[in-house]
Amino acid sequence: MMLFLENILLALESLRANKMRALLTILGIIIGIASVIAIMSVGNSIRVSLVRSMESIGANNITLGLRQKEKKEEVTEEGYRFEGELGETTMSEEDYLTNEMLEEAKKQFADEIEGVVLSESVGDGQAKEGKKSSNVTVIGANTAYMKNQNFKLLSGRLLTERDQAEKTEVVLISDRVVKKLFDGDAGKAPGSRIEVFLNGKYYSYTIVGVYEYDKSVFTAIPEEYVSTEVYLPFEAAREQMHKTSGYSQIMLTAKSGINSERFARELETWFNGKYFRDNENYEISATSMEDMVKSMTGMLSTTSAAISAIAGISLLVGGIGVMNIMMVSVTERTREIGTRKALGATNDSIRLQFIMEAIVICLMGGFIGIVLGLILARVITNTMGYAAAPSIAGCFLSVAFSIFIGVFFGYYPANKAAMMNPIEALRYE
Amino acid sequence: MENREKTIELTGIIKRFYVGKPNELEILHGIDLTVYKGEFVSIVGASGSGKSTLMNIIGVLDRPTQGDYRLDGLDISSLKDQELSKIRNRKIGFVFQTYNLLSRTSALKNVELPMMYAGVGPKERTRRAQYYLEMVGMENRMYHKPDELSGGQKQRVSIARAMANEPSLLLADEPTGALDSKTGNRIMDIFHRLNREEGKTIVLITHSAELAEQTDRIITIRDGEITGERRKR
Repeated sequence: MMLFLENILLALESLRANKMRALLTILGIIIGIASVIAIMSVGNSIRVSLVRSMESIGANNITLGLRQKEKKEEVTEEGYRFEGELGETTMSEEDYLTNEMLEEAKKQFADEIEGVVLSESVGDGQAKEGKKSSNVTVIGANTAYMKNQNFKLLSGRLLTERDQAEKTEVVLISDRVVKKLFDGDAGKAPGSRIEVFLNGKYYSYTIVGVYEYDKSVFTAIPEEYVSTEVYLPFEAAREQMHKTSGYSQIMLTAKSGINSERFARELETWFNGKYFRDNENYEISATSMEDMVKSMTGMLSTTSAAISAIAGISLLVGGIGVMNIMMVSVTERTREIGTRKALGATNDSIRLQFIMEAIVICLMGGFIGIVLGLILARVITNTMGYAAAPSIAGCFLSVAFSIFIGVFFGYYPANKAAMMNPIEALRYE
Repeated sequence: MENREKTIELTGIIKRFYVGKPNELEILHGIDLTVYKGEFVSIVGASGSGKSTLMNIIGVLDRPTQGDYRLDGLDISSLKDQELSKIRNRKIGFVFQTYNLLSRTSALKNVELPMMYAGVGPKERTRRAQYYLEMVGMENRMYHKPDELSGGQKQRVSIARAMANEPSLLLADEPTGALDSKTGNRIMDIFHRLNREEGKTIVLITHSAELAEQTDRIITIRDGEITGERRKR
């Protein structure tokens, strides 16, 4: 233990004697560790913000969608054959989820379901007022959707149950549209009529409310051309599109306190057991927000781990640099090694001395690299607009890895030193 | 004389080197030598006489090919490398012609070095190092690095270092070889003092007959054999 401490001091001393050389050697480790830390921390930040924003959208959301059933394999004389070619089937009316099914589900799971969120994308178009225009995306949405989106209302009101039931041609627009068409006066908009050029036709709607557009949504399009959503009552939208059939995808919100992941499985079983058992091609798949968060973060972790591994290659290069400089150091200090052996140093203590030196070099590089990496991550996350979330695990891992590199790349030179013949070492010029 | 404690006891020491497979080179042809405790012995020989090889064997840096070596009654030939390190550390104090001080550290740290390997605690080490540096008259330059010392001063530091673990034997290899005669004499004075006052057993390896004359016993080595032995006192 005492020799251990002595050796750290010895190592620092020999580094001090060759400052420039030590710095250049350390540089490789610094760059390697810094990039790994930066990547892991940025990945961590993205993950944290992603989870946060997905949870703000609604942790209780469950998406129900149609999924193609897996085909049974059939062995024939020619080999494997699928019962029906994949992709051959198209969704038809009878495959869709219907209002009746949803009503039944609401009754069945009255304690769990908060609402059924329905929306239908009508299309991209332009809202016009004289010569002024603004890009919009028209979406049909029901009241549950309104509730689910947590709109920040600037003036007027949201779409109501009555709007839905009467299929009134009223719309909720964004402050961006107001800015373009009504000179930014949100109070003036409700009650006014708005012309929307959509799918080659002009539609006229009455504005009932203005919501604040969420600027945090990342987009590469200049603000001028950003398309914002115009919300129309769900049934009105379907009528406009001449849609009478069911839905290929809907969203449910579970009541708070319900384990949405488990409830998603329950829903899946219930729907498939009741309505889709005899459907040859399709079944229901339910995905909770938690499932999605899980698969997204899983993907992110894998990606950042993969990039880190590539960055880790620079650590390998750095390690080889350490090994190289240790070889030089051992040769340069041949006489010192001979002297130490004559004075009673065992092979083990010589080996330990040089391995410790390599470890100290790597650890110094590791610490500097961690600091630089954290700073770099901070800069990147700030620029990208994510909250900084430094990877603590990454820091510990880096320290451990630095020590490992020191031992791994220091062992060969240290062993060379330990195995030197003292007589020859003493004679070395 | 025969009743005195023996420090070094060499019997039939043969050393061969293998230079390529068929050629073996015998450097020492069977050396018998006994050095008693408290003796100051010089081994004199021209270069190529085998005296360096003999010194390496006495200093436990090398093993004889054949023969028996007892140091303080301990059979060296059967020991492992690690035990040999320990013997060098505790029982032998080396003084080299070229001093071999570690250039990066102070005189004090250099003297502490053998004690570090002996496992002496830092405080005790410093205390003892100071004591030995005082003994060789270097108390005023303890914190100087070897580069800042003269040749004579360096050699005095290296004598202090050799004394650090109170070894049974001081082994000096041409200790005045790189010094002018005046400084060399001062170094020899230190050896005499250590021999007389501390009772140290000293083996001096040299090619200078003049230096050898100052010792108790002169052993002449030539072509790997002891050719003469002359007792002065």
